[in-house]
Formats: sequence, C-alpha cells, structure tokens
Amino acid sequence: MSILILAEHDGQALKPATRRVVGAASSWTLPADVLVVGSQAVAREAAQLAGIRQVLHLECDAVPVAEELAPLLVELMHEHSVLLAAHSSLARDVLPRAAALLDVAMIGDAVRITGPASYVRPMYAGRLLAKVDSRDAIQVVTVRAPLFTPVGDAPAVPIQTLPALTGSATTRRIAANQQVSERPQLASARVVVSGGRALGEQFDTLLAPLAETLGAALGATRAAVDAGFAANELQVGQTGIVVAPGIYLAVGLSGAAQHLAGMSDSDVIVAINQDPDAPIFKVADYGLVGNLFETVPAVTRAIRQLQERQA
Amino acid sequence: MKILVAIKRVLDANVPVRIRADGLDVEISGARMSINPFDEVALEEAVRLKECGSASEVLAVALGAAVNQDILRHALALGADRAVQVEAPAGLQPLGVAKLLQAVVAREQPDLVLIGKQAVDDDAGQEGQMLAALLGWPQATFVSALQIENQALQAVREVDGGTETLALPLPAVVTADLRLNEPRFIKLPSLMLARKKPIEALSADALGVDLAPRLSVKALSEPPARGAGRLVADAAELVECLQIEGRRLEIKELS
Ligand SMILES: Cc1cc2nc3c(=O)[nH]c(=O)nc-3n(C[C@H](O)[C@H](O)[C@H](O)COP(=O)(O)OP(=O)(O)OC[C@H]3O[C@@H](n4cnc5c(N)ncnc54)[C@H](O)[C@@H]3O)c2cc1C
Repeated sequence: MSILILAEHDGQALKPATRRVVGAASSWTLPADVLVVGSQAVAREAAQLAGIRQVLHLECDAVPVAEELAPLLVELMHEHSVLLAAHSSLARDVLPRAAALLDVAMIGDAVRITGPASYVRPMYAGRLLAKVDSRDAIQVVTVRAPLFTPVGDAPAVPIQTLPALTGSATTRRIAANQQVSERPQLASARVVVSGGRALGEQFDTLLAPLAETLGAALGATRAAVDAGFAANELQVGQTGIVVAPGIYLAVGLSGAAQHLAGMSDSDVIVAINQDPDAPIFKVADYGLVGNLFETVPAVTRAIRQLQERQA
Repeated sequence: MKILVAIKRVLDANVPVRIRADGLDVEISGARMSINPFDEVALEEAVRLKECGSASEVLAVALGAAVNQDILRHALALGADRAVQVEAPAGLQPLGVAKLLQAVVAREQPDLVLIGKQAVDDDAGQEGQMLAALLGWPQATFVSALQIENQALQAVREVDGGTETLALPLPAVVTADLRLNEPRFIKLPSLMLARKKPIEALSADALGVDLAPRLSVKALSEPPARGAGRLVADAAELVECLQIEGRRLEIKELS
C-alpha cells in the first residue's frame, strides 16, 4: 500500500510545510504520492519533491470546499493506506470529514510517528503528550509540520492528471481574504516576534520595526487579537497557529498554557515582560524584565546598530 | 428552525492537568469541570439566533455519564429550551460521538447543528466535520461570524492566513471559534428556572450505534521541561545573546 499526501500551496507555490510532511512520510516505508489540488505550476514544483513516487494533479483555481474535497480523498484512498497532511486549517477542515466517510479514526497534530499505526500527539493545550495506537486499516493523520525534517528537490517524478470534479457541493465560497504581507509566513518563519495584550494600540508601531530588522513574522496572543490590536491570523496557540521557529520573541505576553501550546517547541524563546513572575519566563531561554515600551525600541536600535557595523 | 447544540463536559481550562495513577487518562475526580468553552460559544450563538427570531427551538445534547446533568443545566440556564442526555460509556472517541449525534439528529430533525470547533481536553477538533460527513450535510468550520437568511447560512471562517466566507444551505453543521461571540453571564433567576426545564435521558445502547474504540491511548506523559533560562540585564546584553543564537541557527539578520 502507499501514502497519499495532501499538498498545500498558496495558488502559486507549495507551502514549506508540504516538504516537511513529505519528510514525515518517511516514517512509513511505503511509496508516497502527493495530491496537488491547484495549478500546473504547483504540480510541477511538487513533482520535484525528493522521495515521492508520483504527483496526482487535479487542476483548479481554488481548492474545493470540504464537502467536495472529502469524497475525492475517499475515492483516492482505495489505492492508499495512509492519508497524510499538515495540521493546517485546510486539513483540519477536510480530513475529519474524509475519515468519517472512510469509517476510520483520525489522528490530529501528531508530533511523532513511532510506528505504522502509532503516534504521539499533544492534548490539553500541549500540557500532556499521549501515545496513541490506531486499529484502523486506513490511517488518516495530520502532523505538526515544523517538527519534521523537510525534503529537498530531486529529478521530477510523473504527474498523473485526475478528472475534474463534478461540482456537486451545495456550499459556495463567496469571499476569501488572505492577508498579504511583505514579512515571512508565520507558519514557516525562522524568527517570530509575538506580542500580547500589553502592546495595546502600539502593537504594530512597536513590533513591526523589530520584526523587520529580524526578518521575522509577527505573532500575537488571543488577548491581543480579541482586543483588536492584531489580526486574527496572527494568533499563536491552542486555537491558533502552532509554530516552532529558531527564535520566538515573546513581548508583553504572560505565557498562558493556551499560548505556550502554540510555541513551546521553538528552538530559542526570548521573553520581555515587566513582571518577573510571568509564566513565560519559565520556558524562556533568555528573559529581560522591563517595560516593553522602553526595551523594545532599545532592542530594535541595538540590532540595527549591530547590522550597520557588520555591513 | 430548530438548532441542536452538542456540548461536552471537560476539565476546566484553568485548572492544572494531572495524570491518573494508571497513566492512561487524566485525573478528573474532585477536579473542577466545565462546559467546553467552544461549545458554550456555540450554545450562545444558538440562543442569540432564537432571540432574534431566526430559530424557534434550541436543543442541548450531552453524551456520556449522568454527571453531564450539570452542564446541561448550565445550557438550559443559558437559554436552551430542552436538553437531552445520552448515557454512554466513558472513553468515547470522535467517530463514536459523531455516530451517536447522527442518531440523535435522526430523532430530532434539527435544521442546524452548532458545536464547538474543538474540545479543550483532547483537542481533536473533528466532531463537526465527522458528523457533517455522516449526515451528508454541508459544513462550515472555525466560524467567527454567522448569519441566517432565507434558509441559508453565511459563515465567516478563520483559516490560515486570513478568513473566508461560505454560503451554504440548511441543514448544515457549523463549528464555532471562540471569536463568534462572548457567552452571557448566567444570572441566578435563570439558574432557578433551568431547574424546572426537562432533561430527557436516552441510552447509547438504545440508539444502536457502534462505539467500538478505534484508538487506544498507551501512555500519557508531560512534555519534557525546557532547561532553565537566563535573565539578561538590558537590551544590549539581550542582543548579544540573540546574535550568538542567530549565528548558531544561521539567521542572516543576526549573523
Ligand atoms: C479555550 C481557550 C483557548 C485559548 N486559546 C488561546 C490561543 O490559541 N492563543 C493564546 O495566546 N491564548 C489563548 N487563550 C487565552 C489565554 O488563556 C490567555 O488569556 C492569553 O494568552 C493571554 O494573553 P496575553 O498574554 O497577551 O495577556 P495577559 O495574560 O494579560 O498578559 C499580559 C502580560 O503583559 C505584561 N505586561 C503588561 N504591561 C507591560 C509592559 N509595559 N511591559 C512589559 N510587559 C508588560 C504583564 O506582566 C503580563 O504578563 C485561550 C483561552 C481559552 C480559555
């Protein structure tokens, strides 16, 4: 049997997470096919992912809604025994639907794959890790992509074109607002500058220059998003996005369990907070106790000076 | 229009999580339990839809042991008209729950199922999608704004990198993000009133649903603690440390 990987892209190019999911697929010693629902350009890029057998390509402008995509996955699973994807909003929407149609369980957000049907996944906002075995003949799995090693490129494998969908869905997508930003994607950034409630209305004016000097993506806590200081797609945590960058700079955020759930796998955590007892300092590698309205501009200036000296 | 809201009883999000002595589950005896916050938001939305005239009846459903009565009373106090308690064995898994809810939907014939997008215990986030699949209904997940007009829904979803808006016909399944609304504070008179509202009991056996577990938890553990960190004196020292780490991690802005 074989693995079917649901590729993710932004319309033009593969998302970096897909390379990591292909990396995760090597936990099974099975051939892996990559399903691209999107443009020819993305299919061609996917064909060069190292280690895969072939690309299955369904050409379309926009990814179909779950109601339509799930039956396609179910049909393709006649030929595969593992359905694998990143733990993204796309997969979290469609994979459970496909799993139920297949009458199998789904393993969500696996952080480790320890056997052909054995996984480790977080529960309780990451406060616990569960070792879980599945009894189903078909495995439906999403993985926490940042924790898996990405594959590189290789000579292109064949692309098999799939017949167009019949357009049976009763659901219509009537608007899509993807925030375009000059900054790197939060999900895959090497550095993330994340702000909490304490930033207030100065969220952008203080953090954007710091993020810029570091080539970083911006992140936020739920409190900062709910208060309208930051956009919702910046939310990191149990109910937001999960990141594991090289450096995570946590500014004016307390470090609630639900926030830690989204960033505690970061390589280096740096905290700036005026309260020395803030829980974020328990997970931080470097901590600066102080008023962020003074320390953030000072850090930004010091990095700029450093960069000028090196230039 | 009739709305069914499925609610789950979970360890309160603010209390510490302790592993049970056998290492296979979480210790909940004596711990503070609550309605799953996402389900409370789903319920609040249903009640608001009724209050604005879009819905005629709100039914709250809980699955599991009889102790679920407390969250069903909470649901009734918040504004649900009726409650159904489906007695089921402990350790239900998402697919089994979806099958039980499918059976309840067949009995109750709601036009809309509203449910939290995830539960804060297992963080599975699969229930609404699985139920929609079994019912063959359209779904809108991770919803942060909802409108109903002429038997159709318009739902704003929170997706990676932004939002999208779906239009879908009823019947449908909608899963609620926390940002959909802020649940009201329940006042004492509503609690008193809720005691008089009926809670109907059903048994999972009678619904004839296959609940065989598909997953088995082999062990629970706490994630390894991160090593002790170091406090720095000022911005300059912090940037020195950032530079060292930046070089190690090959981050060009810091090298
Ligand atoms: C079901 C559920 C799901 C949740 N999901 C998420 C999630 O996905 N992501 C998430 O982030 N949260 C989530 N939360 C919310 C979470 O519990 C916290 O409420 C939230 O993370 C707190 O945000 P914060 O740290 O910005 O705010 P606060 O906890 O208020 O912290 C603000 C911090 O700023 C510091 N501070 C104040 N002024 C200054 C200053 N001048 N200089 C320096 N420091 C200062 C304070 O000392 C404090 O530590 C969830 C909650 C629930 C119940």
